[in-house]
Amino acid sequence: MSDSARGTRTGSVLTHAVLVLGAVAMIGPFVWQLLTAFKSLPETTTVPPTLLPQEWLWSNFGEVFALLPFAQQLANSLIVAAAVTLGQLAFCSLGAYAFARLEFRGRELLFALFLSVLMVPKQLLILPQYQIVSDLGLLNTLPALILPGLFSAFGTFLLRQFFATIPKDFEEAALLDGAGRFRIFFSIMLPLVKPALAALAVITVMHSWNDLLWPLVVNTDPASMPISAGLTSLQGQEWTNYPVLMAGALMASIPMLLAYLALQRQFVQGIALSGTKG
Amino acid sequence: MTQLAAPPVARGTERTPERKLRRRSPSAYLFIAPVGLGLLVFYLYPAVSTFVLSFAEWGPFGGHTFNGVDNYVSVFQLDAFWTALGNTLLYMVIGLLTLPLAILFAVLLNREGLRGVTVYRALYFIPFITLPVASGLVWKWLYNGDFGLINQFLGIFGIPGTYWVSNPATAVFAIAVVQVWSQIGYYLIIFIAGIKAIPNEYAEAAEIDGASAFQRFWRITLPLLSPTIFFCTVINVIATLQIFDLVYVMSDSAVVNPAFGASQSIVSLFYDKAFVEADKGTATALAFLLMLLIAALTFVQFRLQRRWVNYV
Repeated sequence: MSDSARGTRTGSVLTHAVLVLGAVAMIGPFVWQLLTAFKSLPETTTVPPTLLPQEWLWSNFGEVFALLPFAQQLANSLIVAAAVTLGQLAFCSLGAYAFARLEFRGRELLFALFLSVLMVPKQLLILPQYQIVSDLGLLNTLPALILPGLFSAFGTFLLRQFFATIPKDFEEAALLDGAGRFRIFFSIMLPLVKPALAALAVITVMHSWNDLLWPLVVNTDPASMPISAGLTSLQGQEWTNYPVLMAGALMASIPMLLAYLALQRQFVQGIALSGTKG
Repeated sequence: MTQLAAPPVARGTERTPERKLRRRSPSAYLFIAPVGLGLLVFYLYPAVSTFVLSFAEWGPFGGHTFNGVDNYVSVFQLDAFWTALGNTLLYMVIGLLTLPLAILFAVLLNREGLRGVTVYRALYFIPFITLPVASGLVWKWLYNGDFGLINQFLGIFGIPGTYWVSNPATAVFAIAVVQVWSQIGYYLIIFIAGIKAIPNEYAEAAEIDGASAFQRFWRITLPLLSPTIFFCTVINVIATLQIFDLVYVMSDSAVVNPAFGASQSIVSLFYDKAFVEADKGTATALAFLLMLLIAALTFVQFRLQRRWVNYV
């Protein structure tokens, strides 16, 4: 959209004014969080508040580690996110390829069943899922957090849409050369949907990292909690100690922030792809 | 965008591979088995089971006695249900404000020659990638009645603040604001992609005909963006109807904070019933009613889309 010359300058100043205001609203809370995390508890209860900490304290961060198995919970979150993501990429891409490309009896019916799973909100599933995990003796273990997340109707659907856009000629050539279905899938089709795999990976990692309801239900032992649930238990212990709560919240958000900064393009593309194709 | 648009290879006269592709491949079942069985065990069976057991009383040791629609009756007799339903609808309506805000920022960020687009976009995205529990705690501190930044700021102008998340009159709004704030970045990215997909020629032609920037937005960008807006509305409604994390973190437990009920959503009520009070019958009925609500509102949106969505 090219703007006509008149008013371009005022228009651009106005645009920046609105965007800066927006940015302050989006980032301001985090700045205040950061500053609070370094203040002493008494300092946070002064009126008017101090802007910068009188003395930059690291003790709030240490306090978090003293109150919670925080390092363990961070590791739990990482392990669960990695396992769930790898599982979904493997299982969903296999199923998606079959739905997109292979002819078999009952394909339409099976696909309709997959789509119906997509429409069920997860709360509806939690009680029976809990029962299954409990019957398997997996409560308060990492597999409890991982198991249901390995399978995704959404992931299968997303990847199917991408497999469907690949010209059939690639496969025809390989079939002529006598390659088997699995070879074709693995060495021809999978590399062609890399952008979609990256998109699914980004979405899955985020979902897994953020999930709260399921971990709260299955893992009540602090040592087996992911960081999301750990942070809520920190709140339970340090009700009004905001410097400590801010320090904990900060440390819990940093891994995803770093991942985002390192892989900005993949994140943005992943969201855009899932949004336009979903 | 997808790098998948390889030029179609000219189809030869050879028919064999074509027929080979059409042939039934029994190996398909092997491809589908892992995810299919997983979904069957962890999703399909639980969904059916919840539905069936919503008509049963859950014994303390795992037995079930069917009791017709008793669970549903007890849900409807629950004051907390009607409060949670009203709150959830309010979360949904306020949550929809995310979309006009995201469109506004997307349009501004799409202006030609604007500097700092990547920086703005990165900053706007940060609340979305932040752990919701962490965001909830940060905002709870901002909202704090005694020493929160918001009340301290209002105090400068002599405006009395309140205990934003404890006061039943403000709790839902305070939490809904955080929901909007955290989701803008997500929809921003979808809308930026949507606007980029609109051919420039339309706006250029309109400009030559003397259309103002606002007219071009209102009469060209917005109608051509409507399929994206429709998609975003549908997923936003589905997501906010299931709001839980922020409510759980920000509105304390009923023991500490009597206002908990005042901001409770359907899902947080479900969590309480199922895992705090161990009233699983009521909980399953509640979960099923939530699904009906989501399905109904999604259905209505699909019916209404003909009136305002333009598919070119």
